[in-house]
Amino acid sequence: MKMQAFKAALPHTLPIAVGFLFLGVSYGFLMRSLGFSFVYPMLMSLFIFAGSMEFVAAHLLLLPFNPWRALGLALMVNARHLFYGISMLDKYKGLGWKKPYLIFGMCDESFTINCTVKLPADVDSGWFMFFVTLLNQIYWVAGATLGSLLGYIIKFDTTGIDFVMTALFVVMFLGQWDEAKEHRPALVGLGCACLCLLLFGGDSFVLPAMALIVLCFTFDRKRAEQTTKEAA
Amino acid sequence: MTIEQQIITILAVVAGTMLTRFLPFLIFPEGRKPPKYITYLGTVLPCAVIALLVVYCLRDVVFTDWHGLPEFLAIAFIVFLHRWRKNTLLSIAGGTVFYMLLVQGVFT
Repeated sequence: MKMQAFKAALPHTLPIAVGFLFLGVSYGFLMRSLGFSFVYPMLMSLFIFAGSMEFVAAHLLLLPFNPWRALGLALMVNARHLFYGISMLDKYKGLGWKKPYLIFGMCDESFTINCTVKLPADVDSGWFMFFVTLLNQIYWVAGATLGSLLGYIIKFDTTGIDFVMTALFVVMFLGQWDEAKEHRPALVGLGCACLCLLLFGGDSFVLPAMALIVLCFTFDRKRAEQTTKEAA
Repeated sequence: MTIEQQIITILAVVAGTMLTRFLPFLIFPEGRKPPKYITYLGTVLPCAVIALLVVYCLRDVVFTDWHGLPEFLAIAFIVFLHRWRKNTLLSIAGGTVFYMLLVQGVFT
């Protein structure tokens, strides 16, 4: 059962291996260039395990000591995880000891795969999601540690390789789009995000976009429920 | 910062991150049925939040020299590949290689 779930999970994580090894290596480079030993990126990637926040944390360590600012920034940068949690309440149900780890390791990429992949009936979804999360974390920690240890060896031009993450999300979006009967949720997300990006700029649009998305869905709820009833 | 202060700072970041991940599960433990409204959000949010992630990845490109043209072309290429072959790995790898060729060769 475990082996089968592992075999099912591995191909889904391969694009993330590419992206995470590269991003992790750049994070490792960055930490080294700021003067930190490899122990920092290794432990931070292991325990924080939220890519963008680790880049922010690298710079926080160079500012005057202020743990409250660190806590507040982490809450804001990672607020989108609240949506992931709400989306996964049902899927992570009844998984025993795996559940706390699945929640701990719920980065954008693991969430996206665990939330969208439709499994064949003979694959255990608990183990599948566990391996997806574990493999992704291994890639990330390995990348960050490697980057800080052996940065100087990699010489080929990697400009643009970080687009692999964007590509992953685009493909997941397409997959969801093709499967959904109702395209309003996807369009609401896209519309609210674009609108807030234009209004608030790249650094601070996520929170307003989340609020606007919830607001739209709240207004849309009655109509949506009726449609589901008719469809069922 | 001293080592102790660095450790406290990192722990604060860990705590903030974990709070955002665990909070929904703490508020709605398995024994307690979440209100219908939350269950409803759980069914519509996945599509919306992945759209949000796509925009999040592209947040800075609009303000660069090419105003996101290479990104737009690469995404169009991904859509084409995905419609054509329906192979997740191929679409992701193809789109990324195409984008790398664009930013290294054409839009330099």
